[in-house]
Amino acid sequence: MSAELVVSVSGVTKTFPRGNVTALQDIDLALTHGEFVSLIGPSGCGKSTLLRVIGDLVEPTAGTVTVNGKTARQARIDRDYGIVFQDAVLFDWRTVAKNIALPLEMVGWDRDRRKARVEEMLDLVELGSFAEHHPWQLSGGMQQRVSIARALSFEPALLLMDEPFGALDEMTRERLNLELLSIWETLGSTVIFVTHSISEAVFLSTKVVVMSPRPGRIAGTIDVDLPRPRAAETREDPHYFELVTAVRELLRKRGEHLLPEEEPQ
Amino acid sequence: MPASLLHAARRSLGVGAVVLALAGLWELYHWIWTTTGWTHPFAVDSTSMPHVWTILKAFGQPAQVNQPALITILFHKSLFTAKEAVVGFALGAVVGFALGVLLAHSRLLQRGVTPYIVASQTIPILAIAPMVVVWVNPKLPGPFQGWGSVAVIAAYLTFFPVTINTLRGLHSADARALELMRTYAASAWTVLWKLRVPASLPYVFSALRLAATASVVGAIIGELPSGLQSGLGGAILNFNQYYSIEPQELWATNIVAALVGIVFFSVVVAAEKAVVRRAPENVA
Repeated sequence: MSAELVVSVSGVTKTFPRGNVTALQDIDLALTHGEFVSLIGPSGCGKSTLLRVIGDLVEPTAGTVTVNGKTARQARIDRDYGIVFQDAVLFDWRTVAKNIALPLEMVGWDRDRRKARVEEMLDLVELGSFAEHHPWQLSGGMQQRVSIARALSFEPALLLMDEPFGALDEMTRERLNLELLSIWETLGSTVIFVTHSISEAVFLSTKVVVMSPRPGRIAGTIDVDLPRPRAAETREDPHYFELVTAVRELLRKRGEHLLPEEEPQ
Repeated sequence: MPASLLHAARRSLGVGAVVLALAGLWELYHWIWTTTGWTHPFAVDSTSMPHVWTILKAFGQPAQVNQPALITILFHKSLFTAKEAVVGFALGAVVGFALGVLLAHSRLLQRGVTPYIVASQTIPILAIAPMVVVWVNPKLPGPFQGWGSVAVIAAYLTFFPVTINTLRGLHSADARALELMRTYAASAWTVLWKLRVPASLPYVFSALRLAATASVVGAIIGELPSGLQSGLGGAILNFNQYYSIEPQELWATNIVAALVGIVFFSVVVAAEKAVVRRAPENVA
């Protein structure tokens, strides 16, 4: 095994006793340092569950998850995870700056060090002038940027993102995609990114993992070898379209026999 | 600043208009019922409904010969009652909050203890007050003698809404926020202070508003079995006996008691505005 291996998932199965649902079946996945991996698939394919299993928010029924050579639980205790949800989940009673400082307080940084880092993060997400605002005074896109800054502030080994831009409009989403890429390139983090959007997955990732539902399985993996840094023009690259088509076909092929409404009579 | 001053001026104007309107309605009712001689729901005369100006005049006159004006006496009595109510409120709020936090952390305790907490509130305060006085008073240090047990009675009326709403507020923390804290490997203590308690504050404060007025009522009622003459409760008891001769004095006392309650309530609302930072639409 490579020393660079950050996440290693092997043989993970998750069944929910209620309704006897198999959310994940026999999942294998490996991420090396600095990778940006998207999990994509229709609703109910278990992509969010897989993210949660990796982050030790959900316990797998079978199989193992290793993060930086440790169990997922130990990795969580060592604060190896930064997480971003679909909703920003900011604390209303804290200012933007204090929200970003929340994990730093947990890690036990002193006031000066926290202040310096918060300023850095605010610059990174271009919210420098909003430090003293409260979350409800910001737009949805700005709130999500605060959420990203908070997740990255303590330099976690792994960034887990659960449809972070799913609730935003298309234009905000595309702008944040670019911002996220530049942050990722600056910090060199390892990212697992759950999304519904094929174009977003291809645009952002080094690797797209396509999942299929009932039971949740990995249908296939597509390496995204588009040049970096990616920019707005990347979305016009013919190879980009080829990759989008490849992901779409993989989704369709695996989904066909599973969707009763698409079956001919 | 001028905008907020204007706002305050407009508010006090509004309050004044409401007070004037109420006084007007009182006198209108008085006039209709006395001129028509209606006796339903009750016959109106200067005993059942003294004139507004009679009540106002009573403030300026001594209730008994060789005493200062009623307003001076009521002012000192309301300070005494307010002292009992403030201590009772603080005690009830702290105990109520602590009990809420304790119950929130143990479902077993919650199931076992809640019925008794509810039962404690169904027993009339007048039935418990004598016991509290007998139990608590002898244990109190000098400066708390007498009024200290009344504060305990006020606390008894205060803690209940605080406990119930604290419990509810602590459980109101967003599920995603709890997951977020879990990814930080936060201890239960950290989750409590950094997430659950701040999330509970709007709930706690709506309970404190109820508790503010309840503590004043508790202090006034608590004075009755304690035989204390220095507070509003003693004054109410006293003026009750003379109601058929001088009803305006009881009315005047009631107005002062109501004012104390309003002041308490306003202080809590002001504290809430200063403490609770929440999206305008999420303030309970």
